[in-house]
Amino acid sequence: MNGLTTREVIMILGMMVVTFGVRYPVLAIVGKIDLPEGVFRALRYVPPAVLTAITVPALLMPGGERVVVSHTNAYLVAGIVAAFVSWKTKSLVLTILIGMAVFLGWRWLIGVI
Amino acid sequence: MPPSISTRRSEFLAGARATLPLILGAIPFGIIYGAVAVANGLSPAAAQGMSLFVFAGSAQFIAAGLVAEGLPVGLIILTTFVVNLRHALYAASLAPFMKHLPQRWLIPLGFWLTDESYAATIARYNAPDDSPYKHWFYFGSAAVMYTNWQICTLIGILAGQQIPDPQGWGLDFAMVVTFIGIIVPLVKNRPALVSVIVAGMVSVLANGLPNKLGLMAAALLGIAAGVLAEIAWPVADQLAPAEENA
Repeated sequence: MNGLTTREVIMILGMMVVTFGVRYPVLAIVGKIDLPEGVFRALRYVPPAVLTAITVPALLMPGGERVVVSHTNAYLVAGIVAAFVSWKTKSLVLTILIGMAVFLGWRWLIGVI
Repeated sequence: MPPSISTRRSEFLAGARATLPLILGAIPFGIIYGAVAVANGLSPAAAQGMSLFVFAGSAQFIAAGLVAEGLPVGLIILTTFVVNLRHALYAASLAPFMKHLPQRWLIPLGFWLTDESYAATIARYNAPDDSPYKHWFYFGSAAVMYTNWQICTLIGILAGQQIPDPQGWGLDFAMVVTFIGIIVPLVKNRPALVSVIVAGMVSVLANGLPNKLGLMAAALLGIAAGVLAEIAWPVADQLAPAEENA
């Protein structure tokens, strides 16, 4: 076990401050004052937009350098299957289980593992 | 199922019970986070410390990925802020029910706010009975989520130290597939579809920008596109919180 570095302590404290800073003040203030409706409207799009911005490059650019649209890209193949499973079942657990199985199976089939 | 005569204890236990099915998704997530964090070069103490003090699954995942890319700490913190902005929506939706609570309740309940506890608790608050102890339900839900997250992180850290190359096992895909399972149910109208298409396209086109600015640009343009699309195609339930995000 290696110990914490200063960089790690600063990172954790900073992450803690911004995370609590998003969750707590809204809980404490809203209901006592009114926020503009536009703020709520914009917030609705935050989860899908942020998560998509993380997910799409991981599917299309597995090496991080260039776009790979090919059956050899197991991330893309399994990602499409997982999106279909999620759309049909709305089940997070099924999506994870089937997506992982297709990912590992596909890599085995095309000989990456 | 709300208890017929609710007490602090019965609400706490009901909250814990209601959250048990939801941790099914959080268990692999926590284990994989722990494994990926140490594989990416975080110390075990930092990986566990993040779970203890930040307690935000997807943000922790992303931070672990950014550590591997050697990003400056300030940008990791900024990215955490953007990724966690969705919690402001949950907090805003819970706040009217919690107006009467003192700070000694609001501070821990704010810290413990997660997708899962939000989904369980808002359903309890919306139940027709007027139990004065519904915040104990939230407390029970949060206690289960927090405890589970700590244990799963620890298991992941220990497993990650045994596996030399978790990427080779496809552990990195587990996060991607989890996010897919969260995103798809959120895309339930045209503005949301426009938002994710724009975010996805920009994320690839702007991927070459330094310091993960492409992620920021994609997120912000995706949000803007959703808001603009909503003007073209108004959404009936536009202020209803996204409760399926569990």
